[in-house]
Amino acid sequence: MWSCQTDSCPSAFCAAHPQRQGENIPPPAKYGGRHTVTLIPGDGIGPELLNHVREVFRFSCVPVDFEVVHVNSALETEVDINNAITAIRRNGVALKGNIETKHTMAPSVKSRNNLLRTSLDLFANVMHCQSLPGVQTRHKNIDIMIIRENTEGEYSSLEHESVSGVVESLKIITRNNSLRIAEYAFRLAREKGRRKVTAVHKANIMKLGDGLFLECCREVASGYPDITFESMIVDNTTMQLVSKPQQFDVMVMPNLYGNIVSNVCAGLVGGPGLVPGANYGRDYAVFETATRNTGKSIANRNIANPTAMLLASCMMLDHLELYDHASSIRNAVLTTMNETRLHTADIGGQGTTLEVVQSIMRFIQSKGQLTSDL
Amino acid sequence: MTTRSLRSLSGALKPLFNGHLSRVYGVSACNQRHKSTYAPPPARYGGRHTVTLIPGDGIGPELANHVRELFRFCCVPVDFEVVNVDSSMASEDDINNAIMAIRRNGVALKGNIETNHNLPPSYKSRNNLLRTTLDLYANVMHCQSLPGVRTRHRNIDIMIIRENTEGEYSSLEHENVPGVVECLKIITKTKSLRIADYAFRTARAKGRRRVTAVHKANIMKLGDGLFLECCKEVACGYPEISFDSMIVDNTSMQLVSRPQQFDVMVMPNLYGNIVSNVCAGLVGGPGLVPGANYGEDYAVFETGTRNTGKSIANRNSANPTAMLLASCLLLDHLRLHAYASMIRRAILSTVTETRLHTADLGGQGSTSDVVQSIMNAIQSTGPQTLSI
Repeated sequence: MWSCQTDSCPSAFCAAHPQRQGENIPPPAKYGGRHTVTLIPGDGIGPELLNHVREVFRFSCVPVDFEVVHVNSALETEVDINNAITAIRRNGVALKGNIETKHTMAPSVKSRNNLLRTSLDLFANVMHCQSLPGVQTRHKNIDIMIIRENTEGEYSSLEHESVSGVVESLKIITRNNSLRIAEYAFRLAREKGRRKVTAVHKANIMKLGDGLFLECCREVASGYPDITFESMIVDNTTMQLVSKPQQFDVMVMPNLYGNIVSNVCAGLVGGPGLVPGANYGRDYAVFETATRNTGKSIANRNIANPTAMLLASCMMLDHLELYDHASSIRNAVLTTMNETRLHTADIGGQGTTLEVVQSIMRFIQSKGQLTSDL
Repeated sequence: MTTRSLRSLSGALKPLFNGHLSRVYGVSACNQRHKSTYAPPPARYGGRHTVTLIPGDGIGPELANHVRELFRFCCVPVDFEVVNVDSSMASEDDINNAIMAIRRNGVALKGNIETNHNLPPSYKSRNNLLRTTLDLYANVMHCQSLPGVRTRHRNIDIMIIRENTEGEYSSLEHENVPGVVECLKIITKTKSLRIADYAFRTARAKGRRRVTAVHKANIMKLGDGLFLECCKEVACGYPEISFDSMIVDNTSMQLVSRPQQFDVMVMPNLYGNIVSNVCAGLVGGPGLVPGANYGEDYAVFETGTRNTGKSIANRNSANPTAMLLASCLLLDHLRLHAYASMIRRAILSTVTETRLHTADLGGQGSTSDVVQSIMNAIQSTGPQTLSI
């Protein structure tokens, strides 16, 4: 297992870092300068939102081709998800919808999303929660970046029932992964010019586990004297988040706390339909909505909010170094968000997905020199 | 016989035996102690109860003093047996004394005992030790929007029932390979059934309509899957209460956008910790919500979010509401309902006065002002205290 010390860091590792440093290389574009990106539609609202993404990309003449791989969540075999993983290995980048995990199936059927993350070693889940100007929320001026360890912790799927009626779930914390994620967090904070990193833990109870995580964060923090480091217990963190979220800047934490804290923050800035998420690994990057909702109850009813998925696709374009396209689509999405009459049901309006997407395309058309009158 | 069949049998035979069943069937039937068969801890000669008081650290001692002051003022027939627990000592003598005192008295009021991170991992959390040794399996926290406190959400009324003894708090960790730590999260069928039963019984007793189980069974299929299954099993026995389940991440998101949809929530230990802190934050902060830990034979009352409050200790700025409301829960447990409602009414009327709000609610009042005002309110309304 390689260790994640900055000096001995192989350049290939830096490639996973989303902000290019010169030695970073985006996935190679094929002949003609077009990129191939794996697309996993998933379940629920995934397919319709990804169709809209494809529509917007085609409209803006984005040089990206999508290789669609379907994953059937009802099957017990892992053939589908293995195909998807192979496709992502081939292309290097993916955009995915959430794949449903049915509780009624046998426990041996692992969560497909989790399998994907662990097989590709997408160790960092980054979510940037910002208050959007056009969306009315109870809290204002939120700007929190959440970096969550994505592969170990409580999501190891290691459980057993040695004695009937007594289940043991293992939560694994390793020094290497903790150092890796802490290093990632501090590097990202430095690059984005952030001032403070908060580690979220429960080391008063899980002394060895979260204690190790906290120690690794402290170790890495000493190498970044320009960034303030503090730690907070997860229950106090959630209470502070609902009363005074403006105090947080960058937060780094193990897997389960990351799940809960990121959902709380998503709720604070306006809901699951607004925030995009990215999963970065050493060699691969997968983009999706931050709160990973399947949205089965609102599927195919033209009421889902496409913002999260479109902003995730903009993050993907940034990753592919297609910055112009990324900013043009992002501006269009954010401008559309300001129009209250286009708000979808989850943010309190009555607009439909189609209207939102069309408004975004109209905005791109009016601003961009790339599309001429159709 | 399983606990469940015993329970149903005892329920069926209850009218015949009039509550004497516990003596016939022994310990297992005692597990399901219905409110009608519950007896409060015995009052000593003179009708006064003895309650263990553990001041703890931080703001604990000063708040405990205020509680004693108030009880004395209202002539509440409760004597406090104070047991100090020194959190900096590595030996477990202090906490064992405290546990013995609680076993003796049956009821306790405690402040939070600090767990120093710098001590070695073999030093267990004292609060956790107390809870597990006394088997205080249910932590109940009732979060209600108080009329005088301005919050972003209104009309919140959530009852959180949290499993208090197992789950992630088993303190079972080991490092087989250097650099790789395994923490065990234990979920057992008996304890899950017990807490689920407690939740539904409490919901029924309080006339609640809905119980939500919070879990993460899509990832922890065996563990939280077992918990969810136990809740579903118990739900079948309570047809008038609707039961649904929600994954913890979605729950926390719903809590910050629309908390009014929740009624009673039941969950394992760690999720309970986080969700209860979120709810406490929603209704106004850690200074307002009391918490109770119930076991089969013992009950311990404390603030809902278990904060030590080291940074505001001894500055007369802590909010005494949570601790005082916890003492009212204590009085209810001892069946001193008249005193409990009198003090509670006084506290709630004081909390509506904005000029008395302490720093955590955005005001500038001091702790002693608040307590004084509560005592004035009691004096003006109560028949028992004469003018001093």
